Amino acid sequence: MQAVKIENLAKKYLIRHQMNWRLYDALGDWFARIGRRIRHPFIERSIPRNIEEFWALKNLSFGVEKGERVAIVGHNGAGKSTLLKILSRITAPTEGRISLKGRVASLLEVGTGFHPELTGRENIYLNAAILGMRRHEIKKNFDAIVDFSGVEKFLDTPIKRYSSGMSVRLAFAIAAHLTSEILIVDEVLAVGDLEFQKKCMGKMDEISHSEGRTILFVSHNMGAVLQLCSRIICLEHGQMVFDTYDVVDGANRYMSLAKVDEYISEWVNPGGKYENDYFKPLRFGLYRPDGSKNSGALRRSDELFVEIEGVVKKPNKALCVGYCMKDQAGNVIYWTYQSDQVKCPNEIPTLEGHVCLRSRVPLEILNLGKKNLELAIRIYNGEWIAAPGGSKPPALTFMVEGPVNDSPYWVIPRTGTNAINGTWKLA
Amino acid sequence: MKVRSTLRKVIMGDGHGEFDIVIEPNKTTVDYFRELIKFRELFFFLAWRDIIVRYKQTVVGVAWSLIRPFLSMIVFTVVFGKIAKLPSEGVPYPILVFSALIPWQYFANALQRTAGSVLGGGGMINKIYFPRLVLPISAVIVNAVDTLISFALLCLLMLIYGFMPSPLIILLPFFVMVATLAAMGVGFWFAAIGVRYRDFNHIVPFIVQFGLYASPVGFSSSIIPERWRLIYSLNPMVGVIDGFRWCIQGTSVSLYIPGFIISLIASSVIFYYGQKFFRKMERSFADYI
Repeated sequence: MQAVKIENLAKKYLIRHQMNWRLYDALGDWFARIGRRIRHPFIERSIPRNIEEFWALKNLSFGVEKGERVAIVGHNGAGKSTLLKILSRITAPTEGRISLKGRVASLLEVGTGFHPELTGRENIYLNAAILGMRRHEIKKNFDAIVDFSGVEKFLDTPIKRYSSGMSVRLAFAIAAHLTSEILIVDEVLAVGDLEFQKKCMGKMDEISHSEGRTILFVSHNMGAVLQLCSRIICLEHGQMVFDTYDVVDGANRYMSLAKVDEYISEWVNPGGKYENDYFKPLRFGLYRPDGSKNSGALRRSDELFVEIEGVVKKPNKALCVGYCMKDQAGNVIYWTYQSDQVKCPNEIPTLEGHVCLRSRVPLEILNLGKKNLELAIRIYNGEWIAAPGGSKPPALTFMVEGPVNDSPYWVIPRTGTNAINGTWKLA
Repeated sequence: MKVRSTLRKVIMGDGHGEFDIVIEPNKTTVDYFRELIKFRELFFFLAWRDIIVRYKQTVVGVAWSLIRPFLSMIVFTVVFGKIAKLPSEGVPYPILVFSALIPWQYFANALQRTAGSVLGGGGMINKIYFPRLVLPISAVIVNAVDTLISFALLCLLMLIYGFMPSPLIILLPFFVMVATLAAMGVGFWFAAIGVRYRDFNHIVPFIVQFGLYASPVGFSSSIIPERWRLIYSLNPMVGVIDGFRWCIQGTSVSLYIPGFIISLIASSVIFYYGQKFFRKMERSFADYI
């Protein structure tokens, strides 16, 4: 039995090339239209020059059976959120039709309608009502919600005193206890600590498996998708690229869709950036062994080098030049400086003049996904020249794509910032 | 039994064939009223939230809703009764003023709240579905609670002056309803149009300020020349305020019936087209907020 049927769905947005749309402009448009009508009464009305049409979704059709867990993946701007917004009736489609069977609950953002001045208890009632729960349902589920969220001690404290983790936990707990046949979830699992994320995934699994509910799940996190979903639908530019029940294959295909130009492989100092007394970086880039700039996704078995070129103005033994590698979620994977490899301060070759530092990127220890490199330069125990996580240092990006290694039992990426080919022997 | 199931179908909907919900462009929701009933609890939760939040972290709390109308009553009594020396038709001036101030403030606050309700609830509109009419309507509920408190103050005032209200006072809810129609109707227009053109949010305070002097709050509508009274009654609040006075002061004033009917029609028309316009616009709210 179908739970969701989408036929020829399309959504058009009109984009105005102006800062905001004021009444004044609307009146101007209106007069212009009337003027045109009078001058050319028989010509069809056209859209004004400064408005551009943008199709966020175009000709999308698919059906979802009851109890299916469908992941909707796609890059930013692919139309995923628009689709979810139409499905949850927040905005109306421009063309097409969606038919739904059963109650729909959507979690586009947890904690919508939370009021900071109200207590946890009051917010549970309010938020549950906003999400469409009846009072008797709330009463019935109240203890389970409190239990799941683990904020029991703070039930009568205003939400504004909660840590962000606590309010997210409470919000998810409420949402997880909604009784609906169709659940629409957008990236809610990207919040909270690891422990709670695991709990959420467990709850979602339970909801879909034991209760037979239909789940539509949008995420960039392939790990979560692989764990939870039985089908992947990939969108790109508002249209479907593929629809597959082979989730492993789907995840790999989605990851290889990564666009080349989305990755920044080189940063060049435009001139006046990073003026200081010690070291001025001029270039920071990622290169392949043949010296060409990196382009496209890399395998874990590939070779990749980082180069940092710059001018030393005042030689200093404590100068540290390097970079920091982060994963997509912003977790630091590792951090390295040119000064790491020496044993005592006297051995450090003091950098002088125009220098170019080169270092191999250990791709074999990285897990799959997009990685960011941020330039890190400082005087040890002193001034920072470029600080990762600070005021936007130069950053490079690249992508590590699957398969993880040759083992047939390690096809699905595991969680963790790193992935290591451990060596094992029979002892 | 059959009747019951038919009734159930009418109220809950028998679905569109196999499916329960069909989403199509420009489909005017035929069962909008049914949706509102489904979300009935949300009205009260939102109203309850607004009431609770308003007086959190205030020292005197709910007393504010007494202090505010009390102070404006004093100002009006002094300005119109003592300085301008307008006729009071034998009724204690504070009661004359207060019985007009209550409907006026009810209208003015309801208008301001409903007009701002959609933009105020912007975060919710972007994230979840519910009939958007819930927002302005729950704003009016909050306001009704305030008005009840003011009304208690009026009763106290009548006790102090030893003023016996006429038995017509039981008709009061009817006039409250007319004021609600007018406030909601105007509020719907402003709420819906203010989402796209923020300019309109600056107009509402003017309407409220101007309306206070254009409506017979500080004076009795009997001072309006006879030939202008019918046109004057196009302002829906004229009929409502006169009605309030009539209910409270009884036969000492007479209700100008043609004027009242005009006011009633005006507010009904505004309300009908207001909600129609709101429902037409609400489908695109999320795209503009």
